Amino acid sequence: MTKRTIIPFGPQHPVLPEPIHLDLVLEDEKVVEAIPSVGFIHRGLEKLVEKKDFQDYVYVAERICGICSFIHGMTYCIAVEEVMKLDVPERAQYLRVIWSELSRIHSHLLWLGLMADSFGFESLFMHTWRLREAILDIIEETTGGRVIFGSSKVGGVRKDVSDEKLKLIVEKLKKYEKEIKEITDVFVHDASVKHRLVGVGILSKNDAYTLGAVGPTARGSGVSQDMRKLGYAAYRNINFEPIVETAGDCYARCMVRVRELFQSIDMISQAVNKIQAGPIEVKVTGTPNGEFFARTEQPRGEVIYYAKADGDKFLKRLRVRTPTFANIPALLKVLPGSSLADVPVLILTIDPCISCTER
Amino acid sequence: MIEEQKLINIEVKELQERVKEFYGQGFRLVQICCTKLAEGLELNYSFDKNFEFINLRINLAVANVEVPSVSNIYWNAFLYENELHDLFGINIKNMAIDYKGSFYRTAVKWPFNPPLDTAKGEGKND
Amino acid sequence: MPFFRMTKTVLMSLFKRPATVKYPFAPRTYYANTRGKVLIEVNNCIFCGICQRKCPTAAITVAKADKRWVINRLRCISCGACVDACPKKCLKLDTQYTPVQTAKSEESFTQNA
Repeated sequence: MTKRTIIPFGPQHPVLPEPIHLDLVLEDEKVVEAIPSVGFIHRGLEKLVEKKDFQDYVYVAERICGICSFIHGMTYCIAVEEVMKLDVPERAQYLRVIWSELSRIHSHLLWLGLMADSFGFESLFMHTWRLREAILDIIEETTGGRVIFGSSKVGGVRKDVSDEKLKLIVEKLKKYEKEIKEITDVFVHDASVKHRLVGVGILSKNDAYTLGAVGPTARGSGVSQDMRKLGYAAYRNINFEPIVETAGDCYARCMVRVRELFQSIDMISQAVNKIQAGPIEVKVTGTPNGEFFARTEQPRGEVIYYAKADGDKFLKRLRVRTPTFANIPALLKVLPGSSLADVPVLILTIDPCISCTER
Repeated sequence: MIEEQKLINIEVKELQERVKEFYGQGFRLVQICCTKLAEGLELNYSFDKNFEFINLRINLAVANVEVPSVSNIYWNAFLYENELHDLFGINIKNMAIDYKGSFYRTAVKWPFNPPLDTAKGEGKND
Repeated sequence: MPFFRMTKTVLMSLFKRPATVKYPFAPRTYYANTRGKVLIEVNNCIFCGICQRKCPTAAITVAKADKRWVINRLRCISCGACVDACPKKCLKLDTQYTPVQTAKSEESFTQNA
């Protein structure tokens, strides 16, 4: 009977962007069991909805997470707008799509950099983040903030972007596409990267579906599920297909995110071609009454906002279920059987955004 | 309206067989949440298959009614159920991994559903 | 052989300038839309208090009797809610951020008589 040791992983670890704690039970370098412990940054943001007006809560919703900030704000606005049956104008819908896709590009570039850092390839990490700066500059030009956009509001968007600026953005992105391709080619073809990622952490298609995995974690195992196909916010007018890989290992999940980067650049140019002139917001009168589950696709998967209101200006209940919360069981399934050196790579492969998980 | 969202009201004792039925039909568990209303608590289980979205709703009069766990059917339910226990005080039996109240360590016990009489359930947790 | 894929990028970055800017010693490019700190044209202000009510972090205090408008710069999140709500349009967002402070303090603006 080999001796078992328990090693605590986290909450502070160089590879983790946010604190999560795992107790790993090891037998001679192989992980046998993993027990998660969350709650380090539980801020109780769902309870704040009782104190903040439903229109003022957008500022809190945007700040639930720093990486996926815009889509949190947008989903909150979609949930309240569907409860109040507001008709958001077309131009606002297209602007939301453009900012969502910019958000997705910067999040995937951030993840690629962290992945390279987790297996020690630091210069690749620095180059990926250098490319991300260009995207953050575009975002700052259009909304005013690099990370927290501040551009969603119930009924539309707060700032307009002129058509010439939109065309300039598309040209800039096409120019950067070549540089991004050079760097992501290293992820796709380099032998040392493949050695660390291929065959590590295989998640079967059935497991991914029944354990409720969402986003690239599920799409890397063959489950074709993308909430953008629901058609919210002008996505019904954009042509795209969810990107699916079948291998189910870390390499497949990395491939899904790399290909989604280029798909997002293409979707932004489609949106800029189709956008029409018009108003960017609709006036909000009255208070919400009813309930709705708003589901959108964040870079990490499906996020659900459940809003319930009964005519008061404070919402009765707001429930946020983020994709990392749904991916943690898949992580716990993949960890047993792997070696200790692969644990950071596996944890990063589900793209943990713990500040979203424990709002 | 972006999509149709169906709602079915059920009782606590029908929960296990309804969830087994959904599992057999290929639905995935999306989330479990709870709302505190003036007349008690309202549990909501959401399922989805190919964008068909169904909710099961259970109305509980008090928090210490025993609710059977569905983590024997859907293993990922244990996270949601531990959260429900720590924030609302709902008594759920047979969870797959039971944190026994230390999932979220808050200064106030059951912050979303504070007990009305101060004699029990007050004070620091952990 | 799929090794050394990064060679071209590494060699190019050996001969180029560094990509980082030595901020704050070197200036940073700000854009017209950048949300920095809140500025007020206090002589146009009517002290209605709408900005105080709209502020999500309660950073603004309006004293109508003394004709004083006070802002706690460390609480301000530069969201622009006050700028949108002001009926006299005397608030605007500067492109520069709040400078670093060594002690907590509030900045107040008083209207001349």
